[in-house]
Amino acid sequence: MVELSAISPCEGLLPVTIGNLTVTEEPFVAITSISPHKSREKDLSAIMKAAHGLAFPAPGRSTGKAGARAIWFSQGQALLIGPEPDAGLGAYAALTDQSDAWAVVRLEGAGAADVLARLMPLDLRPSVFKRGHTARTELAHMLVSLTKVGDKSFQIMVFRSMARTLVHDLKTAMEAVAARG
Amino acid sequence: MRIRCPLCGERDRREFYYKGAAVALARPDPGAGPEVWDAYLHLRDNPCGETRELWYHEAGCLAWLVVTRDTGTHEMVGAELASQQALVAS
Repeated sequence: MVELSAISPCEGLLPVTIGNLTVTEEPFVAITSISPHKSREKDLSAIMKAAHGLAFPAPGRSTGKAGARAIWFSQGQALLIGPEPDAGLGAYAALTDQSDAWAVVRLEGAGAADVLARLMPLDLRPSVFKRGHTARTELAHMLVSLTKVGDKSFQIMVFRSMARTLVHDLKTAMEAVAARG
Repeated sequence: MRIRCPLCGERDRREFYYKGAAVALARPDPGAGPEVWDAYLHLRDNPCGETRELWYHEAGCLAWLVVTRDTGTHEMVGAELASQQALVAS
C-alpha cells in the first residue's frame, strides 16, 4: 500500500519575502463554485445571507471577510471560500467543489500594486480598485482571480498546476520593484 | 485598443479573443436551403465603418460580447453581452 500525504499547491514554494513585500499561501479551506439558476440570484443571495452571513456578489465585487468570503468569479458564477456550502444553496444554484483545484496566495506590503502592475493589464490605483473589489484577468498569460482584501494586500488565485509559475513570476516582479528602492 | 466589457469595465485587448462578424446571432432556419446556409457560413461583408463583431472575454468574465467597432478609425463604439442581444433577437 502506497502511503500518500496531502500537500498544499504551494508547498515548498512559499512564503517568500523580498523588500517590503511578502507572498504567503492562504490556508487550505473549502472552495465551492456557485452558479445561480436562471432568475434565482435573489433567492440564492437571501439564503447565503442566512446561512453564511454574506450576499451573492455583484460583478467585480466580493462579500464577507477572511474565513468566509464570496467572490465574483465570472459571468453568472461566484466562489464561496471558507465554509462548506449550506445544503439549502443547492435549490437555487449549481454547486461544485473546487477546493483542490486552485492555488490561493496573498501578496502583501507597500508596493503590492506596483508588482501586479508589471504582470497584469489592470488599473490597480487605490481610487479605482478598492478593498473588496475583484477581477478576472491574466497574470503573465495565466488566468487569475485577483481580489483586494486589504489596503496593501491582494489575494491571487491560479489553477493549481500553475502554482510554481505564479510564484516565479511574482518573485521576478517583486525583485524588480524592490531594486528600484 | 481597449474594450468596455459590460461586466468587467474597460479592459485591455489582450484579454479578448476575436471571433468575427456577429452573424451567429442570426442563424438561418435548418430548412432555409443551401444558398442561405452558404452565405451564413462563408460570405462576409468587408465594410469601412461601423461593424458588429463577436468577441470573447476569455481572460476575464468568459462572456461573449457583441462589439461595435469602426474599421476605419479602430474606435470601439460599444459592447453588449451577446446573451442579452440573443434575448432581444428572439
